[in-house]
Amino acid sequence: MQNSMTLRFSALSENESFARAAAGAFLARLDPTMGELAEIKTAVSEAVTNAIVHGYGGDGTRFVELTVSIEGRVAVVSVSDEGKGIADVAKAREPFFTTEPGTERSGMGFTVMEAFMDTLEVSSQQGRGTTVTMSRAIAGK
Amino acid sequence: MEISCKKQGGRVVAKLSGELDHHSAPQAREALSRAMHKEPAAVLVLDMAGVTFMDSSGIGVILGRLKELQRTGGSLTILNPSAQMKKILKMAGLGDLIG
Ligand SMILES: Nc1ncnc2c1ncn2[C@@H]1O[C@H](COP(=O)(O)OP(=O)(O)OP(=O)(O)O)[C@@H](O)[C@H]1O
Ligand SMILES: [Mg+2]
Repeated sequence: MQNSMTLRFSALSENESFARAAAGAFLARLDPTMGELAEIKTAVSEAVTNAIVHGYGGDGTRFVELTVSIEGRVAVVSVSDEGKGIADVAKAREPFFTTEPGTERSGMGFTVMEAFMDTLEVSSQQGRGTTVTMSRAIAGK
Repeated sequence: MEISCKKQGGRVVAKLSGELDHHSAPQAREALSRAMHKEPAAVLVLDMAGVTFMDSSGIGVILGRLKELQRTGGSLTILNPSAQMKKILKMAGLGDLIG
């Protein structure tokens, strides 16, 4: 049976820690190791931050949606925005690629998501928004 | 995020604690830059023992300070990163900074 939860929250930077903590709390029933939990929370934080920073360009009146599902021992996370979208997804996923080099962004967000999760899918349409879906099997303690 | 800086010999040692993400990055950036200007030193030491979370926004903060220091021939060392932090630092090619 699948168990899932969805949060819809304002695109404000102060909600980044809330979003990753909520994801972590929901996944606690899989009894993940500290390392697994830390890595999944990091991936959630990357996707949520991207939605806030790049999707909405800091417009806090918009909303980000986070869904976390448990499918057997697999955690599935999806983060969506209805913001500006990504022109070239393959390029965006390259290490060190950023469209905002002036603001101390390192361009490592997608690289971190890829490293810390088993799968990463990005679907995006310019002017419509972006959905990042990622999953990771939890070995547990 | 809390940061306390101390000058020790030719080094500025900054103890960071809390969560280093996009929300807290501006505050961290400002505190570190201020300490470096107030007490110019060749070496900045970032003690991460108290940092409970870091994502790529933290990499941005560290890379930014490293660039500032390198302009004047200085260097940066990272102490006590968690296992998760260590992985991210290595991904970003900063593994050599871990002291
Ligand atoms: N939700 C999104 N909406 C629009 N563009 C996005 C979104 N997510 C990512 N991007 C684009 O993809 C690029 C790469 O994202 P990535 O997270 O890898 O790096 P970054 O956010 O620029 O830097 P960092 O995550 O290291 O601070 C971004 O610079 C941005 O142009
Ligand atoms: Mg990013």
